[in-house]
Amino acid sequence: MTNVVDITDLRVSFATDSGTVRAVEGVTLQVASGEVLAIVGESGSGKTVTARTILGLLPETALTSGAVLLTRKDGSATHDIVTLRGNDLRDVRGRDAAMVFQEPSTALNPVFPVGWQIAEGLRAHRKLSDKDARAQAIDVLRLVGIPDPEHRVDHYPHQFSGGQKQRIVIAQALVLDPGLIIADEPTTALDVTVQAEILDLLRRLPQEFGSAIVLITHNMGVVADLADRVAVMYNGEIVEQADVHTLFSAPQHPYTRRLLDAVPRVGGRRLRDRVRVGDELEAMVVDDSATPVVEAKDLRIVYPGRLRQPDFTAVDGVDLVIRPGEVLGLVGESGSGKTTIGRAIAGLTPISDGSLKVHGVEMLRVKEKTFRPVRKRIGFVFQDPATSFNPLLTIAQCVAEPMVVHGLAPNPQEARPKVDELMEAVQLPKAFGDRFPHELSGGQRQRASLARALILGPELLIADEPTSALDVSVQARVLDLFARLQAELGFACLFISHDLAVVDLLAHRIAVLHRGVLVEEGTGDEVLGAPKHPYTQRLLASLPVPDPVEQAARRETWRNLRAHG
Amino acid sequence: MADLIPETGLVVAHATPPTPEHTSLWKRLPVVHQVRTSVGLQRTMLLVGIVLTLVFLFVAAFAPLLAPYGYAQLSSGDVNFGAQQPPSAEHWLGTTVGGYDVLSRTIWGARPAFLVIVAAVVLSIFIGVVVGLVSGYFGGWVDRVLVVIADALFAFPSLLLAIVVAIVISGGQSSMWGGVMAAAISLSVVMIPQYFRVVRAEVVRVKAEAFVESARVIGSGPVRIMGRHVLRNSTRTLPLILTLNCSEAVLTLAGLGFLGFGIEPTKAGDWGYDLSRSLSDVTSGIWWTAVPPGLAIVLTVLGATLVGESLNDLADPRLRTRRAAKAAALSPVTAVPGGVATDRVPGVESIDELEGPSDLFDDDEGLRS
Repeated sequence: MTNVVDITDLRVSFATDSGTVRAVEGVTLQVASGEVLAIVGESGSGKTVTARTILGLLPETALTSGAVLLTRKDGSATHDIVTLRGNDLRDVRGRDAAMVFQEPSTALNPVFPVGWQIAEGLRAHRKLSDKDARAQAIDVLRLVGIPDPEHRVDHYPHQFSGGQKQRIVIAQALVLDPGLIIADEPTTALDVTVQAEILDLLRRLPQEFGSAIVLITHNMGVVADLADRVAVMYNGEIVEQADVHTLFSAPQHPYTRRLLDAVPRVGGRRLRDRVRVGDELEAMVVDDSATPVVEAKDLRIVYPGRLRQPDFTAVDGVDLVIRPGEVLGLVGESGSGKTTIGRAIAGLTPISDGSLKVHGVEMLRVKEKTFRPVRKRIGFVFQDPATSFNPLLTIAQCVAEPMVVHGLAPNPQEARPKVDELMEAVQLPKAFGDRFPHELSGGQRQRASLARALILGPELLIADEPTSALDVSVQARVLDLFARLQAELGFACLFISHDLAVVDLLAHRIAVLHRGVLVEEGTGDEVLGAPKHPYTQRLLASLPVPDPVEQAARRETWRNLRAHG
Repeated sequence: MADLIPETGLVVAHATPPTPEHTSLWKRLPVVHQVRTSVGLQRTMLLVGIVLTLVFLFVAAFAPLLAPYGYAQLSSGDVNFGAQQPPSAEHWLGTTVGGYDVLSRTIWGARPAFLVIVAAVVLSIFIGVVVGLVSGYFGGWVDRVLVVIADALFAFPSLLLAIVVAIVISGGQSSMWGGVMAAAISLSVVMIPQYFRVVRAEVVRVKAEAFVESARVIGSGPVRIMGRHVLRNSTRTLPLILTLNCSEAVLTLAGLGFLGFGIEPTKAGDWGYDLSRSLSDVTSGIWWTAVPPGLAIVLTVLGATLVGESLNDLADPRLRTRRAAKAAALSPVTAVPGGVATDRVPGVESIDELEGPSDLFDDDEGLRS
């Protein structure tokens, strides 16, 4: 087999405001034709930079050295991308290697029909009539599984769903029949059921089109599902390269081992059943007879439609109960209403109908004045630790803010001892209190966020996707800390996540939301071990597991489910 | 193992630091910070702008010491200066048709120009920012009405308005403060909507940020949220508008003077007035009465505009040029987009300790349920 790409001793550095930084240091890598190579690593490991070099897509501030040899699919020409400029580079792009981007909603131009955008690549490389270009666009749309392509070719991007848009982006990459497709986190922005469909499509590409794929991802489940060979990057270097079965069964490098250990698995080790009493660990018991912290009955939340559009019902008749000391995991895909429920409990979104009692206060048409005292007893951890801190205040000031607002401390300085205590509880050094949010890493910021949510000793904590913006090993540590604190402090918690494995790790009970309706609720073993509702079954089957052998079996289950459902 | 900890953003430098907060206050001041981070043509433009502006401020501050004569002085001792005298040892830039010393008038002219800048900015910035903050934060119909009013005010020709105000204040020919305030008030009518729109747009953006939501969840009142969380995060474009408005203020004052609605020559130096009186000189070959006040206007406006434009370019990472990457002097760091510096903390051996022991994953197997 010939190599499509041959990277030798690639080094990339960037000019930034704080001087030169090295992103890639001496990467040597080959991709054979028809092979799927996954580059895995955490954010900042240089995986995206390496892949973008193959297309010469780095910004002007980049300084590249080494050789990147890209061979045309028919083997007629080989170019060193590093030295190519201008027209030569443009000639290679799209024809020899094409790219599939992470976010399909931004990769397509909203003001042109999708067929025109697919044909644009053709026009850039060959002279052909509009009719031929259109015919080719229709062909390729059919290949990627867009129904009724003759009609849909004239539609605009907003008329397609997220998964269809990603199919169109893949069609755009396929239309010139390149020897290599670079897929940069192609499923990260998609829901897990849609992800399974896209992965299925990507798996067909090498067999049906003979294209090699360079897959960039941080999701080990996706790697196990799709890749033939895996390269693990860390700090700009490749620390391990192996075929997928070897890597998952016998990882050599300590970093790889650590990465694989950190991936949460459904039915894997659980953190929730532990309570620390002194040094002993005991099973956590939730008192079912206690007065619930949160009690929702037939809860409905409707967003009013704009300009004669119909109203959007985000939450449609949900009943749920959170008892003191209990962790309720709320799972669902985007648009299922899980975040809306969390926001309603925190008083950020008004509820439209039904009943929602938080600490005994009825939230239907509640006045801010009535709810204000209850806010003290609720903590909230936001999804993105980067934006949930005021960038102009130090961490200590941010963490002290709840105390100052509720009059427990006259100013942030007075609150400092308590802040230090909390910082210790979340395992951050006290000195970090004087830092600004951007000077902390994502995981550290999320710890600080946890400290802020817990400083008033709330009886209820709402965590809205607290780890989805974090890398997998950092996520493991934050979840670990979370479980520890929950066990020690005994607060009730609504844990919102799209990741079944993460929820399984922490939650005593799991509730599955689908389009605003609660389809299934029960303990982790009930919901994930023996799902009753077809949606839960589909959700579970779509979730790729970080084990190539098991994933192959699951893929079959998923295919059967899809064929019958 | 300790040297290989997979925490994100470990041993990592800022990709694009907003402003390194631990550098000294002096280096973090708005303009100083930009000078330090800029390179090449952008830096030259910024420096030229700063120098021109500093010269202007210096001249305005020390006009009595720098100017050889007073702004309304017609004679030295008993000897009249004489009209339209060419440059000489006594009058370096000659005299005007009214018999004033050109150099002195030009130097004294910096004072009303400076005052009009201060007055116009003070009159407009506070109102504009506060109204923009409240309007953007609360939204609703008040916001919509205010935006329409602001848009309507944009259509006002400021010079025409200045003439009307000048007539109202002092019947056209006015004292120094009359002329300055006429220009300042009319300018504030046009500038308040500018500050309003800019601050409002930023507030609308900032109030959707998670940290404002988190303040609401905590139970902060609207005044505290606006003051502590929103306002300071919404003012980053203000220095830019401020510098551009400075040049507009100078031009309006000069325009008023040129049209004869400015400051009387006996009350203060006024570049616009001097220019208008030198109109007839230009055709008769007398250059020295028109060029100095004209240059003064041009250089003052140029200085402020250069500072403003450079700040604008430097604030935008896509427009900012950087020093080229040097292969030789590389530091052993790795870049993360939006990454974070995590240097060693005193008392902490490795970052592993920061992330805490992960023993819950490793210890007692029996706890698996």
